[in-house]
Amino acid sequence: MISFEAVNKKFADGTTAVRELDMEIPEGQLTVLVGSSGCGKTTTLRMINRMIDATSGKVRVDGRDVRDVNASTLRRNIGYVIQQSGLFPHRTVGDNIATVPRLLGWDRKRVRDRVVELLDTVGLARDLAGKYPHQLSGGQQQRVGVARALAADPPILLMDEPFGAVDPVVRTLLQDELLRLQDELHKTIVFVTHDIDEAVKLGDRIAIFKTGGHLVQFSTPAELLAHPADDFVADFLGSERGLKLLSLTSLADVPVEPVTSVTESTPIAEARRAGDGWFLLVTDDNRPRGWLHVDHLPADGVLTDAEPIVAAGLSGNASLLAALDATVSSPVGLAVRVDDDGRVVGVSSPQRINERAARFRAQVLVP
Amino acid sequence: MGELIADVVRWFADATRWSGPEGVVQRLLEHLQYSLLSTVVAVLIALPIGLLIGHTGKGAFFAINLASFGRALPTVGVVILVFLVSGLNLWPVYVALVVLAIPVIVTNTYAGMAAVDHDVRDAARGTGLNGWQVLFQIELPLAVPLIMNGVRLAVVQVVATATIAAYISFGGFGRYVFDGFAQNDLAQVFGGAVLIAVLAIALDLALSGLQRALTPRGLALQRRRSNR
Amino acid sequence: MRWSWIPDHAGDLAMTTLEHSAIAAVAVLCGLVLALPLGVLAVRFPVLKGAVLGISGVLFTIPSLALFILLLPLTGLSYETAVLGLTVYTLVVLVRNTVEGLASVPPHVREAARAMGYGGTRTLLTVELPLALPVIMAGVRVATVMTISLVSVAGFIGHGALGQLFIDGFQRDFAVPVIAGVVITLLLALVADLALVATQHALTPWTRRGR
Repeated sequence: MISFEAVNKKFADGTTAVRELDMEIPEGQLTVLVGSSGCGKTTTLRMINRMIDATSGKVRVDGRDVRDVNASTLRRNIGYVIQQSGLFPHRTVGDNIATVPRLLGWDRKRVRDRVVELLDTVGLARDLAGKYPHQLSGGQQQRVGVARALAADPPILLMDEPFGAVDPVVRTLLQDELLRLQDELHKTIVFVTHDIDEAVKLGDRIAIFKTGGHLVQFSTPAELLAHPADDFVADFLGSERGLKLLSLTSLADVPVEPVTSVTESTPIAEARRAGDGWFLLVTDDNRPRGWLHVDHLPADGVLTDAEPIVAAGLSGNASLLAALDATVSSPVGLAVRVDDDGRVVGVSSPQRINERAARFRAQVLVP
Repeated sequence: MGELIADVVRWFADATRWSGPEGVVQRLLEHLQYSLLSTVVAVLIALPIGLLIGHTGKGAFFAINLASFGRALPTVGVVILVFLVSGLNLWPVYVALVVLAIPVIVTNTYAGMAAVDHDVRDAARGTGLNGWQVLFQIELPLAVPLIMNGVRLAVVQVVATATIAAYISFGGFGRYVFDGFAQNDLAQVFGGAVLIAVLAIALDLALSGLQRALTPRGLALQRRRSNR
Repeated sequence: MRWSWIPDHAGDLAMTTLEHSAIAAVAVLCGLVLALPLGVLAVRFPVLKGAVLGISGVLFTIPSLALFILLLPLTGLSYETAVLGLTVYTLVVLVRNTVEGLASVPPHVREAARAMGYGGTRTLLTVELPLALPVIMAGVRVATVMTISLVSVAGFIGHGALGQLFIDGFQRDFAVPVIAGVVITLLLALVADLALVATQHALTPWTRRGR
């Protein structure tokens, strides 16, 4: 556990970056520090591994004042990932990942095995180990940055806007992978971002900072969205707070209803008998392709050639927000449900989804 | 002009010019001795200073201004001053050449250190490298190209300036310049100048080879890419 | 050590210092007049870049004394020889910095000027050269300090200004004029450098921080 007790940080130029901070960061959870620039979130993060020393107050890691630990020793036990990855350009990917294990004096074989293991963990091909950082894409570099931070299996991971410099598509991918990794590893992660959507998506808990170094609210994403502490927090959360709230609960409890589906290899003539309106086209192994209307079918042949209105399947993990979005995008107003292997199990209607949303609202909004 | 060129060609063609105690080979060895020894000493002094101010970021303003001030030191004055103090030996030459070479090496070493990406240095510290490890494993390798630029500039200046050794009666290619001047023999001055220029260019090429060899591969690839 | 030599020759020293400044100033100005067009050409026509930088680099490897002597058949033991020789040495720094300065102008600024209908010459004079000024001025500072120190080498051909003091002291085995020459040269370089910094500050208001 990481704790801050009455911590202040004043810089030499007189600006106060952090003011009277009291905060306990729970073990094994992902805590996001969020706020606009100059609010002290990065300073707060950097005080944990002593990249910056507090002016007053105590920062403790597992009960020990970080000031009592040698800075380099402390940092070797805390993973550190920054924007632009900060990879060493003159060292190969493998050597970059091996930095801390080598500092800790691991033998060659153990280091080599660990590098391979980590490349697998972060989803990079093993033959990238011999490449140099600039030969990689931005997303790959960021993965290497995460692998380097995880190398000696530190219990704590500090991430300073790690996905700030990659494009939105890659960012979403990296966020999903971080959540998957965290599911396996259960590290204590402190994550700094200025993007509230990223915070809501990733955080088990969110700390919102205000310019001048004030911690304004520290709570779970649901609590934050349902009960913002003041106007500043409400403004920061932005519009569509209700919809964002729906991104926090899953579709799992929404009932599945049957749907008329037809496989691709079905002859057109036979498909016409499926019904008199829309039906769901699925692949031969029962994965969703999209919605088709009997009136729009080609004259003959098989359905493989048909061009349906594409519909993605939602598993039980998908959020209510994603489910509502799917109903709005569907010509029949239904969200396609799939099992964990991606096979169609049925559909859910907006009415059922709204009932679930209402129950969730009742849980979190009741003061 | 044509006549001078012909004279210079004749000067070089003279077989006796090349060997013996006054020959080109002997003068080359002397010139190399003055230049290389001075450069090595200058590197030994300037490199640690440049690395230190680059690593700590302290004293940079002072050191850089001192270095540009050092550039203004007139070499002829330094040689004569040290000569008047130390008498007839090689000290005046070495002192003047070392003083000449230090500023450019300090400035370039500092520039190389200052050019190391802030994020990379931050990540190195954050990963748990201590001060010395950051300096020797991260900053120094990344600063190598600019440091070597400084050494190359210094060598070119030192080789050209080592001519001055002949003024206080020592050897090197400067002999031809001063003797030719005294004897009103322009061909000899020209020959000396050519030899010095060729030596400077040759050493510069050799050092650029060394620069390539010392530049970490990952960095060289990166620079090539960003130049494209 | 007879320090009284200095006050005894104060008038001479002042004259010599002025002469020294004049030679250096004229040499740097001539260098600038040559280097700016050469630099512009090198940037406009990349074919010329290697040649221009290469030739000025090779000239730099020739010992200054040899260059002065080799200019003798053309201009004799004269003031012109000293200025001409020194001008050649300023070129390597000034041309390289002009090229680097122009190359450092962000392409989007150049394109914005073109997009607003600026022609090539107008873009060069009103956009590119002003933006290249900090880098060019850095070159002028280095060239000035270097030239002030190099003037003394022209002492061997009789036009070294403060450099004459070194040869004088050497021949009379008397250190005071040498020390005076070295110190005045350093002070002169310092004053010139400060003046150039002030000039640059005045010429580039957009680079100043804050309000």
